[in-house]
Amino acid sequence: MSASKLGVRTVALGYLALLLVAPVAMIFYRTFEHGVAPVWDAVTAPNAVHAFWLSIEIVAIAVPLNTAFGIGMALLLERGAFRGKALLGMLIDLPFAISPVVVGLALVLVYGQTGWFGDWLAGHGIQVIFSVPGMVIATAVVSLPFVARETAPVLRELGTDAEQAAATLGASTWQTFWRVTLPAIRWGVVYGVVLTTARALGEFGAVSIISGRIEGQTQTLPLYVQDRFENFDITGAYASAIVLALLALGTLVAMNLLTRRLRERESLMTTP
Amino acid sequence: MAIEVHNVSKRFGEFVALDDVCIRVNDGALTALLGPSGSGKSTLLRIIAGLETPDSGEVAIGEELVTDAPARTRDVGFVFQHYAPFKHMTVHDNVGFGLKVRKRPKAEIRARVQELLGLVRLDGLADRYPSQLSGGQLQRMALARALAVQPRVLLLDEPFGALDAQVRGELREWLRRLHEEIHVTTIFVTHDQEEAMEVAEQIVVVNKGRIEQAGTPRELYESPRNEFVMSFIGPVNHLGDASFLRPHDIQILPSADGEGVEALIERVVHLGFEVRVELKLGDGRDIWAQVTRETAQELELHEGQILAVRLPAPRVFAA
Amino acid sequence: MALRRPSAPAFVGGRGVSVLGKGLLGIYLSVLVLLPVAALLAKAGSGGLDAFWREVTGPEAQAAIKLTLVMSVIVVVINAVFGTLIAWVLVRDEFPGKRVVNALIDLPFALPTIVAGVVLLALYGKGSPVGINVAFTRASIALALLFVTLPFVVRSVQPVLIELDPAMEEAAASLGAGPWTVLRRIVLPTLTPAIVSGVALSFARAVGEFGSLVLITGNLPFKTEVGSVYVFSQIQNDSLPAAAAVSVVLLVAALVVLGALTLVSRWRSKHVR
Repeated sequence: MSASKLGVRTVALGYLALLLVAPVAMIFYRTFEHGVAPVWDAVTAPNAVHAFWLSIEIVAIAVPLNTAFGIGMALLLERGAFRGKALLGMLIDLPFAISPVVVGLALVLVYGQTGWFGDWLAGHGIQVIFSVPGMVIATAVVSLPFVARETAPVLRELGTDAEQAAATLGASTWQTFWRVTLPAIRWGVVYGVVLTTARALGEFGAVSIISGRIEGQTQTLPLYVQDRFENFDITGAYASAIVLALLALGTLVAMNLLTRRLRERESLMTTP
Repeated sequence: MAIEVHNVSKRFGEFVALDDVCIRVNDGALTALLGPSGSGKSTLLRIIAGLETPDSGEVAIGEELVTDAPARTRDVGFVFQHYAPFKHMTVHDNVGFGLKVRKRPKAEIRARVQELLGLVRLDGLADRYPSQLSGGQLQRMALARALAVQPRVLLLDEPFGALDAQVRGELREWLRRLHEEIHVTTIFVTHDQEEAMEVAEQIVVVNKGRIEQAGTPRELYESPRNEFVMSFIGPVNHLGDASFLRPHDIQILPSADGEGVEALIERVVHLGFEVRVELKLGDGRDIWAQVTRETAQELELHEGQILAVRLPAPRVFAA
Repeated sequence: MALRRPSAPAFVGGRGVSVLGKGLLGIYLSVLVLLPVAALLAKAGSGGLDAFWREVTGPEAQAAIKLTLVMSVIVVVINAVFGTLIAWVLVRDEFPGKRVVNALIDLPFALPTIVAGVVLLALYGKGSPVGINVAFTRASIALALLFVTLPFVVRSVQPVLIELDPAMEEAAASLGAGPWTVLRRIVLPTLTPAIVSGVALSFARAVGEFGSLVLITGNLPFKTEVGSVYVFSQIQNDSLPAAAAVSVVLLVAALVVLGALTLVSRWRSKHVR
């Protein structure tokens, strides 16, 4: 084992330990420092429970919407023929470049009381800002690109051969999509869904602005964490953070398993 | 520089790549390591180059024992099967890389690169990138790059394998002529016996990690030491009981009166200049003979014809 | 007997999604992205160019923008180095637990930003068990940004490293190059497009980062207040034009760098295909 190789390994792993591992380990330690009971109480507090279910609810709406959109966009980009594909690609990627706070602001400017559609929405009794629909939209915006980005390359790799074969065998558009295309791209889609869900669950900045942060009503779990912190309820903050961290770790595991699946798929498809 | 390999063995996990191999390559010779896939020939080449280390045995280049020396100190030029171009560098920088590493002055590098590009017939392509070259051009660039540092030994790993037939033929011819010009000790690895026969002065036949035989192409063809060498080099009829015949040694007699063995022509295949005649002998054995177009026409060979063939004494190898 | 032609699937043969589908996709994209961005630009320019300039060059706004940009640059440079190093170790080195470490790289992607902030605060804030307290300092900004941008360079470089043809390095060695030379002249140039691409994504993310910063930096104006936090406070104060103006600046910064570096990355990889 050469000295330089060992040195490089140490530096890299040391960096990761200090930046990533130690802080996460610390949080688990600090949370359970005084036993499980206080943590349990914090996690089962009514506002905490409400925040949890609100987060789940928003994710349950935003993710399927983005999934449908993502698959549609991927199909458009990889199977469609029109100019401006590069532009479309950039538009889909735009949420990556926009700060979540800016997303919140932009949505307020459109759907808020003084926004472009403010009067129209008020006139129809639809409340977007400061309520769940707005939070769903905000969450959808920030997690928009993932399914499209993960599905498009898989579609491209797949090629149209199988779809054309299905056509010659008499399959309709929908049948081809359902029975040939979708099964072939499903791991890309699932991976995209996992990323979307993780992003949606963790969304903070945009939702913070849109929601008005009304306790017990428009607080998602991430917002609840901040709320507890600002109220000096460290245990409460840590406890909810742990819940989110555990969900994140679950996401990590899922991502990892899926990456391996995807790579297996790739080698199957490209083996001559 | 002569090359000597003494009792070299190498295994990868369970797989024995080389088993107690000894070869000697004379100074200035053009030698082929010939064998099927997995025979160990590439491994042997890489061990000579210093890209692999043997588990046991020794390698000497010139008078120097280099067994433990890393590749960069051995002064060997290596040409890879897929050329291994430095894709982010121009042809000029690729070819001049070895000189740059040796800190030669820029002007000297430029002159030498130009000289080499002329030698390999890539003039004017100095500023191109590998992605803009054809397979044959890339191979010549790889050769120029290896020769730039005036190596003691030139090693080529299946250099023409990835090219199509016509380019392959041209480059073979070209390699031979290059060797005549620059008398560097050259070893190339190939699985194509025709290539080995055509290009090399000396052939080392490798199979399953062992040397089967080494000699000139003619020696190997006319005096093969065992079944493997005879089958691998040149066409062969295997007559079941460890006896072997060359197809062109089988004489087809004009008439079936008395002499020779009776045979039925099952199929006549015209392959341009030569004609392949598939025969069934009286005792039921199947063999094929190689005759010229003229012979086939003279004797009016056709399917279903019954005639006599004279078989030479078959080659028999001890088990 | 009439022959029926099987209906050709609409998306085979390159006609893309059906018209209805396209319409729905277009509406979705508009509702979520196009309209909001348009509204943002409109608001930023609503008082004319002078007003925009005034908002953007106000002392607090300027301080926040400058801090964001400087910190983002510092952080992406560190990422370029460490990210490449980590990718190298993950691809070329072997050690027990490598798979777990590889999976951990994605943690900042999966973890909510607010939790990232809490987590960093626990170890490097007040009451830190190792005595390091960077809370309310500029160092905390760097720390949080390094955390959330960790995966970008690593994940960008890894696949390129994996694909790297070992024959190229062997060729260089056979020509006399030592390991450092091989690294410098063969490996790094090949990795450069991927590093640049990772840097671009890191920068865009760093410029807009919010959640991980709110707790650990204290959001002190002129000291530790970054652009996104300034925008947030302006929204709280209902100064929407000011918020929009600075938002546009941040957005443009991210897009310009993203675009420029993507071009650089593509140009450099032009011949490496």
